[in-house]
Amino acid sequence: MEAPSTVEQIAKVVAVVVVCFLVIYPFVNIIATSLSSEAEIVANGGVISLFPTRPTLDAYQAIFAGGVVSRAMLVSFGVTVVGTACNMLATITLAYALSRPIVAGRPILMMVLLTMLFGSGIIPNFLLVNALGLYNTYAALILPGLISAFNFLVMRNFFMNLPQELFEAARIDGAGDLRILLQLVLPLSKAVLAVITLFYAVAQWNAFFSSLLYLQDTSKWPLPMVLRLYVLQGQPVGIDSAAVAGEALPSIQAVQMAVVVVSVVPILCVYPFLQRYFTKGVLTGAIKG
Amino acid sequence: MATASQAPAPELHRPSLRTRLRRDKVMLLLAVPGVLFFVVFHYVPLLGNVIAFKDYQAWLGFVDSPWVGFDNFAILAEPAFLRSLFNTLKFAVLQLVFSFPAPIVLALLISSIMRPGVRRFVQSVVYLPHFMGWVIVVSLCQQLLGGTGVLAHLTGALGLPRIDLMTNPDTYPLLIILQGVWKDSGWGTIIFLAALLSIDGEQYEAAAIDGAGRWRRLVHVTLPGLVPVILLLLILNLGTILSVGFEQFILQRDSVGAPAGEVLDTYVYFNGIVDGQWGPSTVVGLVKGVVGLLLILGANKLAHLFGQDGIYR
Repeated sequence: MEAPSTVEQIAKVVAVVVVCFLVIYPFVNIIATSLSSEAEIVANGGVISLFPTRPTLDAYQAIFAGGVVSRAMLVSFGVTVVGTACNMLATITLAYALSRPIVAGRPILMMVLLTMLFGSGIIPNFLLVNALGLYNTYAALILPGLISAFNFLVMRNFFMNLPQELFEAARIDGAGDLRILLQLVLPLSKAVLAVITLFYAVAQWNAFFSSLLYLQDTSKWPLPMVLRLYVLQGQPVGIDSAAVAGEALPSIQAVQMAVVVVSVVPILCVYPFLQRYFTKGVLTGAIKG
Repeated sequence: MATASQAPAPELHRPSLRTRLRRDKVMLLLAVPGVLFFVVFHYVPLLGNVIAFKDYQAWLGFVDSPWVGFDNFAILAEPAFLRSLFNTLKFAVLQLVFSFPAPIVLALLISSIMRPGVRRFVQSVVYLPHFMGWVIVVSLCQQLLGGTGVLAHLTGALGLPRIDLMTNPDTYPLLIILQGVWKDSGWGTIIFLAALLSIDGEQYEAAAIDGAGRWRRLVHVTLPGLVPVILLLLILNLGTILSVGFEQFILQRDSVGAPAGEVLDTYVYFNGIVDGQWGPSTVVGLVKGVVGLLLILGANKLAHLFGQDGIYR
């Protein structure tokens, strides 16, 4: 095939660079703003375009000095770790159980798939969580979304494509179903486990809707709720003024962006280790079925 | 979603139920938590929809609240409901027209990058926004497109009026589309890239030998190769046409006002959970669910008529 013309080649490079810039720039901007001093933000009319001339960590000191943001971060970490563990446990057991033709396997699978076609609505879900006594508890953030049907399908599909002869051989050697799961299936499924863990963990970390619905006490709020309160609703950030007394108060805008940065950084930290799996057909396999 | 079917093993002597129960004992036990979850959190709330036909009172509960027949359905004629329905359809159509093709174009761009290293880097970059929650995305937009943001600064510096996209009801649809494209068009490329890979290379060679240039190969080989995937995704999108995305809209509804920003999901939330109109709001949710289901079934039928598999057979 002929090589693309120079004009096409240049247009392509420009397009790729623009796309990457549009994705990356917002992150650069919030990090730069969070590191800026009040004076510099005011001098620039509110905009730090690339990097502050004299970076300062005042904003981070302010939000980590205790108070609302630190607590919200702890809550988010806790809910993410416990929630993801519960998600994975329930999804793995169900996906493994239905990865082989077992008694009642078909109706159970149908039951799961049907939930993808029909949602039961916000109000009945809300009333159910209330009726179960989960309102205003962290369990309300975890239990109603325990298994994602999509994640379940991806995992089940992966399990079904593992070499079944291996399991037959193990069974003949006297291994039970549970041992096959723990010693053969899971070690062979690292890729799919990594991807699904990332999906669940990110969903828990970003969980906003469930906190809005079910958490009444502001003291129980996870990070996204606090982020919304400070950045989007413009509430002054609850800074323990005693902790920063004597120093100039950091810029409000810098503090707001610091809260955004601490919400983003944990995702940025796990993403590079897990993203290489996305291209390995782990996901598309399930869709093509 | 098509799933690999468990073909029934051709067993000559099918073991008795009791034998199979004993054989699958552990597997069934492992399935219990998952089955319980789907029953309790998906099927029980489905039954909870009965309060669409009741005057639900919290202290009476599901069972004892009085039946009111179809009284709650009067909400379907209220202007506030109709407005939110109209907005929902408007955003859904805009998303279909603008957000749906974006990943296809991006996938074509990515697949045309020849160096594997560069391609992988670009993929890693464009997938990233998918993992940002809506609160983060809206916060980023506030910083870039809001009243004190970069865009306002730039337009101000050029002597134009300072643009604030975050609180302007007239440009709200544009904002919604921009956010959606930024967040998810990169992630959306995954399925199209896989489809592009599965197109037979010989078809390109044959077309090239027949004298088809790059554009004609795109139109006559690449795009037809993508049709099954596009149809599949269109069907799935049709089914969720009345769910344009809860978090994105509830986060921004107040800054642009209800007339421009209310969609069905936010309407159910504010009318039901905030104002306590349980019955009527459940009606809205129920109608939305039924319409979504009918749309999926209908679209799937349509795909079969076009000779495509759709999401199931």
